[in-house]
Amino acid sequence: MQYMCLIYSTEGVGPQPGTPEFGAFMQGYADFGQTVQKAGKFVAGDALQPVSTATSVAVRDGNAETTDGPFAETKEQLGGYYILDCEDLDEAIKYAAMIPSAAHGRIEVRPVMIFD
Amino acid sequence: MLPLSTPKQIVERTVREEWGRILASLVKSIGDFQLAEDCLQEALTVALDNWNKHGLPKSPAAWLLTTARRKAIDRLRRDKNFSGKQTEIAYLMDLENMAKGGGDLSATADETEIPDKRLEMIFTCCHPALEQKTRIALTLRTLGGLTTEEIAAAFLDKPQAMAQRLVRAKNKIKLAGIPYEIPDLEVLPERISSVLSVIYLIFNEGYSASSGDSPVRSDLCDEAIRLARIITQLLPDETEVTGLLALMLLHDSRRLTRTDGNGALIALQHQNRRRWDRGKINQGVRLLHEVLPRQLLGPYQLQAAISAVHAQSSNWEATDWPQVQALYALLYQMTPTPVVRLNQALALSYANSPEEGLRMLEEAAKGGALENYQPFHAAKADLLSRSGQFEDAGNSYRRAIELSDNLSERRFLEQKLNDLSGSSLAS
Repeated sequence: MQYMCLIYSTEGVGPQPGTPEFGAFMQGYADFGQTVQKAGKFVAGDALQPVSTATSVAVRDGNAETTDGPFAETKEQLGGYYILDCEDLDEAIKYAAMIPSAAHGRIEVRPVMIFD
Repeated sequence: MLPLSTPKQIVERTVREEWGRILASLVKSIGDFQLAEDCLQEALTVALDNWNKHGLPKSPAAWLLTTARRKAIDRLRRDKNFSGKQTEIAYLMDLENMAKGGGDLSATADETEIPDKRLEMIFTCCHPALEQKTRIALTLRTLGGLTTEEIAAAFLDKPQAMAQRLVRAKNKIKLAGIPYEIPDLEVLPERISSVLSVIYLIFNEGYSASSGDSPVRSDLCDEAIRLARIITQLLPDETEVTGLLALMLLHDSRRLTRTDGNGALIALQHQNRRRWDRGKINQGVRLLHEVLPRQLLGPYQLQAAISAVHAQSSNWEATDWPQVQALYALLYQMTPTPVVRLNQALALSYANSPEEGLRMLEEAAKGGALENYQPFHAAKADLLSRSGQFEDAGNSYRRAIELSDNLSERRFLEQKLNDLSGSSLAS
């Protein structure tokens, strides 16, 4: 099964660029990437630009309404994602817990829908 | 099997005793909770009719399992996504062929061993990806064989809401890929503790409500004990499972004495110990004698040990308080919660003096974290009154009453406050 791991954290919380912790944090991501690649679990994954760059689009009465900002103004924002190919939810949870941002943020694990 | 049982009684008894085992095995072979449950339900209907006509099979449970499997094959074949279900069908057919070489159902069913997959099932039902209440409901439904209506009644929910909760849960299990396996060693302790807390919550749901007049709720205590017995058999090396079983038996031995005729709580101190259930106490104590020497202590075993000390003393005064105090001290090391500290302070007050108990209590309350915690004020009031400080005790009781949101508890505290004015006048 494929699982999407959505990485949510509060921007500005956790290791910040320019601090010694940040190097280790980024190394953590590099290691995690290698781990899931080697285990044959990696399908896709990206980091996203900060939420200040987000634009929301909705079509109402046939018109595309564009607004500045994310869908929901919450403290924790989507910062990136992985798609992992796992046996079951337990395995997906095991890998999600290894994502470095899980230490200060939260990873939402969602199965990818399959149309058959 | 009793000779005079009707097929209806046999069906009912089989459901009661074997539902969990049959369903667990069925889910394992079908891989779908909802389908398994629907097929088992269908098999039950067929069973009544068939057994009335043809007499009882040797093993009703195996008969039900085989019939339910066949129902599943039929349903999967009829499914419009037939091509996608080939693997499941082939697997089920294999099971059929393994069981026999075709032909007569009753002959097969007698020899079919039901593989025990209840452990897999309880780990799935108590998976942390499910909401706590859902875990409880699902465990009662699948392993306990309670009906949706019974579970709804036990939780004072509408049957429809409970049914929806169960459907959502089975959907999530399927779509999110919650495994039907015994968890890996690295997560096993955490998952066992989730299973145990579900069972203890079922017990407490019944226990705390036993003042009410709903018989279904005290059934929950029996059900929790039954589930714990099953898991003790399945996980004999896990001392905390046995600890929980002992704890529930020991608590449950006091079920009849902990409330008065009006449903008001009676404190341990004033319970009629002659009415405690000796059979349950002996079972609980025997279980503790088995596990404690293995020195794999945990919170359930310690709580059971404390309960056993109370159960074995002939009256409140004869309680081995130093022992209780020491057990609470150990428990506090493992679970440093205010309520454990309060109980330790109370035990200390009896083991040594009310003043020492008060000191421990005040130490625990430093920083004001317990200011709005009702049991803290109730405990403090008790210790103050026993050390002769009646005015302060009265204030503490009043504060506790203010903070109480439970009628029978409030009545209990008001009674204590009343008794207090008697003591202070007498002194």
